[in-house]
Amino acid sequence: MRSHAAPTAVLEPGPPEGNTAVLRLSGRLDAYSVGPIWTNALAFLSARPGHPVVIDAAGVQYCDGAGIALLLDLLRQPRGAGAEVELRGLADQYHRLFDQFDPTRFTQKPAARLGQVSLTERVGRIGASVLHDAFDRIVFVGESAVALAGTIAHPMRLRWPDALLIAQRVGADAVPIVALIGFLMGVILAFQSAVAMRQFGAEIYVANLVALSLLRELGPLMTAIILAGRSGSAFAAEIGTMKVNEEVDALVTMGLDPVRFLVVPRLLAGFLLCPLLTILADMIGLIGGALVMKSFSVPMVTYFQQVQAAASVGDLLGGVAKAFVFGLLVAGIGCLQGLRTGEGPSAVGQSTTRAVVGGIILIIAVDGVCAVLFHVLDI
Amino acid sequence: MSSTSDARPASQSAVPDTQRPDDSYPSVAEPIIGVEHLTIGYGQKVLMRDLNFEVRRGEVFVILGGSGSGKSTLLKHMIGLYRPMHGHIRLHGKDIVAAEGEARLAILRRIGVTYQSGALFGSMTLAENVRLPLEEYTDLPDRAMELIALMKLDLVGLKDFAPSLPSEVSGGMQKRAAMARAMALDPDIMFLDEPSAGLDPVTSADLDLLILRLAQTLGMTFVVVSHELPSVFTIADRAIMLDRSTRTIAACGPPKELRDHSDNPVVRQFFNRQPSVSADDMTRPAGIGA
Repeated sequence: MRSHAAPTAVLEPGPPEGNTAVLRLSGRLDAYSVGPIWTNALAFLSARPGHPVVIDAAGVQYCDGAGIALLLDLLRQPRGAGAEVELRGLADQYHRLFDQFDPTRFTQKPAARLGQVSLTERVGRIGASVLHDAFDRIVFVGESAVALAGTIAHPMRLRWPDALLIAQRVGADAVPIVALIGFLMGVILAFQSAVAMRQFGAEIYVANLVALSLLRELGPLMTAIILAGRSGSAFAAEIGTMKVNEEVDALVTMGLDPVRFLVVPRLLAGFLLCPLLTILADMIGLIGGALVMKSFSVPMVTYFQQVQAAASVGDLLGGVAKAFVFGLLVAGIGCLQGLRTGEGPSAVGQSTTRAVVGGIILIIAVDGVCAVLFHVLDI
Repeated sequence: MSSTSDARPASQSAVPDTQRPDDSYPSVAEPIIGVEHLTIGYGQKVLMRDLNFEVRRGEVFVILGGSGSGKSTLLKHMIGLYRPMHGHIRLHGKDIVAAEGEARLAILRRIGVTYQSGALFGSMTLAENVRLPLEEYTDLPDRAMELIALMKLDLVGLKDFAPSLPSEVSGGMQKRAAMARAMALDPDIMFLDEPSAGLDPVTSADLDLLILRLAQTLGMTFVVVSHELPSVFTIADRAIMLDRSTRTIAACGPPKELRDHSDNPVVRQFFNRQPSVSADDMTRPAGIGA
């Protein structure tokens, strides 16, 4: 094998031939070498707008696609009559490559991207898209309700091994993170309030604050948000990938309802396990509060007696009831976004993001509605 | 087959090392790829053992074999994606198995690869996909990169689809666009993993002609994984045939010679499209195709 220093591209003006300017190209014209001379070559033409120009490529010793592109760029420049650009001297083997391209076909800028539309059209498209989304959601809710009812009526139609596996991922696998977050919430709530309440000798009421906050609001809310981040996103990604890989189409062509096959097990898992995880978060949070209060010299027995006095079973059940709704919402929106996944790998990422963001927004919105409802109903 | 190596001068002013991946150019007779005692597999499972072959500059070299014989796996070893269990793969005389860091990058910059699925970046237009290597490895002005991207897409018949996203074009178009991207830096060696699979006969024939034209005009070397026999007979200078049962190369040579003169039953069966079960076992049900 030979080894030698690689030549670079050289650009220099040649001696004029009468009225004709000459631009000499020599050396090696490839993607690594033509960059530095490209602008100068164009400037040479621009400086001689009224003269014919000959590009003398006799000295070119190697020319690949990038070199051909340079020659093409020079030849496609708009010039006046009598000021044409002519190529000469290019070796046959490179001329064959050059001849594959017609300079006149490369004079136009590429067409605008599909989707680059006027403001009016964009507003219209967004409006239509919102309506389409709303319609999709209504259809999805209807289909899911029918499929759920069918499953309740005929439980054996559910693929139980799949459903249990999904339930394990949603529930059992989430226990450590839910327990940790619940414990930290209890600790932080208790500590922050105890420091302030201590000034008034009211440390014992920290138990009231922790119990009511956790059981009614924070327990279900935080659990649902964790569920949206863990399971809602996973549902969207799993079903979205299946959509991209045409697995959902395969289900349809086999006569299997994707909603019954894919959505129902996930809805059931979210619906049934979010409340269980919420109860776990509540209990661990209360224990976290108890540990903090112990450091403030409040015995655990006193703390739990105060919790019992402050919080009713209704508070616990109210929170759990919300958790049922949250679980259903998180699972539903994850599945919906998965089924609405477009084409291409980025579509799965977009669906996952929409599932998490949409899930969290929906959880908070529904929590607000529940707060008002509970107040009105005096729960 | 013509070559461009004669046009390369003995010496001239050097381009900085940071720009040029390598400064050595093998002659026509020299092998551009050398595979020596290569054993490949997954984990402890050996797929192919003790493979030895060479690919010469400017030739179209096809890797043949039945489904699951390890053609694509061998290709992925040759481009350095997988580490072999044993042996060496030399591209331009450099061992890609042992190369690390900049040395490895220099080897990779001189090869172009297209994958079975096309592997275009979904968030970029076809033109942006082709521009990507130019943006990363050269200091070309913007208009040059734009023009080169259009030219490469024109070569594969997709100039008018330059502003389209991969999801907006067909699978065959995606494969052709992937080929345009692989050619962006005019590599010396192109590795194509089943380029004709899934394409209609006309597009497939166009692709074959493109491969031949690039090999002849630019002296590009092609390593093609394929089992599309019409395409193989059109493009291949030489081929190797992988045999899954013996886990080694069953035959090596020009495809027409292999078809007409090989005494290896596996090769004969492959080229003559003989089924692995006897015709008696596959009787057509009555009433169908009558």
